[in-house]
Amino acid sequence: MFEMTDRKPAGRIRRLLVANRGEIAVRIIRAAHELGIQTIQVHSQADGDMLAARLAGERIEIGPSRANKSYLRPEAILDAARRTGADAIHPGYGFLAENAEFADMTENAGLIFVGPSGDIMRTMGDKARARKAAETAGVPTVPGSRGVVADVDEALTLAEAIGYPLLLKATAGGGGRGIRLASNPAELKDLFIQAAAEARAAFGDPGIYLERFIPRARHIEVQVLGDGENVIHLFERECSLQRRRQKIWEEAPAASLDDDIRQRLCRSALELARAVRYRGAGTVEFLYDENRRAFYFIEMNTRIQVEHPVTEMVTGIDLVREMIRIAGGHRLSLRQEDIRLTGHAIECRINAEDPALDFTPVPGTVETLHIPGGPGLRFDTMLYPGYTIPPFYDSLLGKLIAWDHSRPQAISRMARALREMRITGVPTTLPLLLELTGAADVREGAVHTGWLEEWLASKTLDLPLEKAACP
Amino acid sequence: MAIIVVRAPIPGIFYDKPAPDQPPFKTEGDSVAPGDSLALVEVMKTFNPVKSSKNGRFVRYLVENEDELMAGQPIAEIDVD
Repeated sequence: MFEMTDRKPAGRIRRLLVANRGEIAVRIIRAAHELGIQTIQVHSQADGDMLAARLAGERIEIGPSRANKSYLRPEAILDAARRTGADAIHPGYGFLAENAEFADMTENAGLIFVGPSGDIMRTMGDKARARKAAETAGVPTVPGSRGVVADVDEALTLAEAIGYPLLLKATAGGGGRGIRLASNPAELKDLFIQAAAEARAAFGDPGIYLERFIPRARHIEVQVLGDGENVIHLFERECSLQRRRQKIWEEAPAASLDDDIRQRLCRSALELARAVRYRGAGTVEFLYDENRRAFYFIEMNTRIQVEHPVTEMVTGIDLVREMIRIAGGHRLSLRQEDIRLTGHAIECRINAEDPALDFTPVPGTVETLHIPGGPGLRFDTMLYPGYTIPPFYDSLLGKLIAWDHSRPQAISRMARALREMRITGVPTTLPLLLELTGAADVREGAVHTGWLEEWLASKTLDLPLEKAACP
Repeated sequence: MAIIVVRAPIPGIFYDKPAPDQPPFKTEGDSVAPGDSLALVEVMKTFNPVKSSKNGRFVRYLVENEDELMAGQPIAEIDVD
């Protein structure tokens, strides 16, 4: 934690270029301004009127609307940084956030990359190498192939030892992309060829590895923060409610863990992060098998995550501020014993998707926007009335976060806030989220990563698109 | 015989082929039946097929592959039976 009497709360960073868009760009600008840093927001042609561009001290256009011609082009970002005299770049999440070459290029240009070094990203971002690093650090991993599988024959041989059903994963994949489930050798044979071809096309790397599939597993992840020498954890989040492997509801802490498992899980994450001398904010992801009380490392995300606010709500630590301070050259000012859990927080992701049309993303113009208020609530968004959501990027509109002393109270507060929230002009997932707050399994915490899709399939969705108007 | 215009149902990015390394869905003179895919529109990272509701012959695309589209923009012509 820092005092505003610090002469240089942001260390060497004076002018920060935000190389992202949407709600996370807004989040970064807010953290930077609180640290007394000047901000420069990059934007594509389609994004000139986005909220982050309005809030930033300066803005600069970096190319056409399509992300691969703007936000995904390292040269365009670095050129913008040079032209605006930025001394640091924050990549947010997605786009170039986990691109090791971009991190290297930034450092080579004499600029500060707000995140880990390219070398750490290469170790932890490559799933097969990350798995090896975990095994070396004594962190349990899901039974699977040791690294990339050479061909179909090797896959079939290894699968006998791992056991079916199993997952085929692209070593360069992420965010749930490039994953397939095989229940028997015949399926494995077909899917292996498909998966390798798709991985080459989508990620430019055909590497595939195998992992045992753990049915009804929970997704639990540990937040870490490091300065390259010291690393601490900020406890865990549970993100088991997923659709098409995209999280839509996240919580901190994970109510399914007892203190003993929580300690072991967080210590494991810490050992892995320490082994690579982690710098910045990162997340170590695990599958948790409740029946066996066993957890397995799956991957590490070397960036700030969408769901970081739930951790901020239960620890009181501003993760984005801390990552900027660390990048600016400050040592980690928090000790492990400073980190305490208070209460329970839930985040709901509100997407521009039509639940009545199989969640088809629908861009459009926001007509009215009413943001709920009251104690324990936070809404991280880039929306404002009159804003036109462009069709070129993802469908996340905002994240509603509710905190309260206990999990049942937090759910109750979330339900109240979702009822109060009003967004018109575009269809949103608000009705689905509200319905989830009343689902018995959600209230009891009896969920797993396949639960939401099973629940959606089992019921005829009756989601009124027009909710009761707020008073 | 009459030429009709097929319009983009949603805004997004236009693709005249199912994948970068594959041929276009239709070329001039191809027969078109109801349900045939004519194009893909990428919106918010999802790919949505644009399908024909008519029988006829394909005339031409009115936009270039990977062009940015507005909803309702004409994207192809079909000579209907």
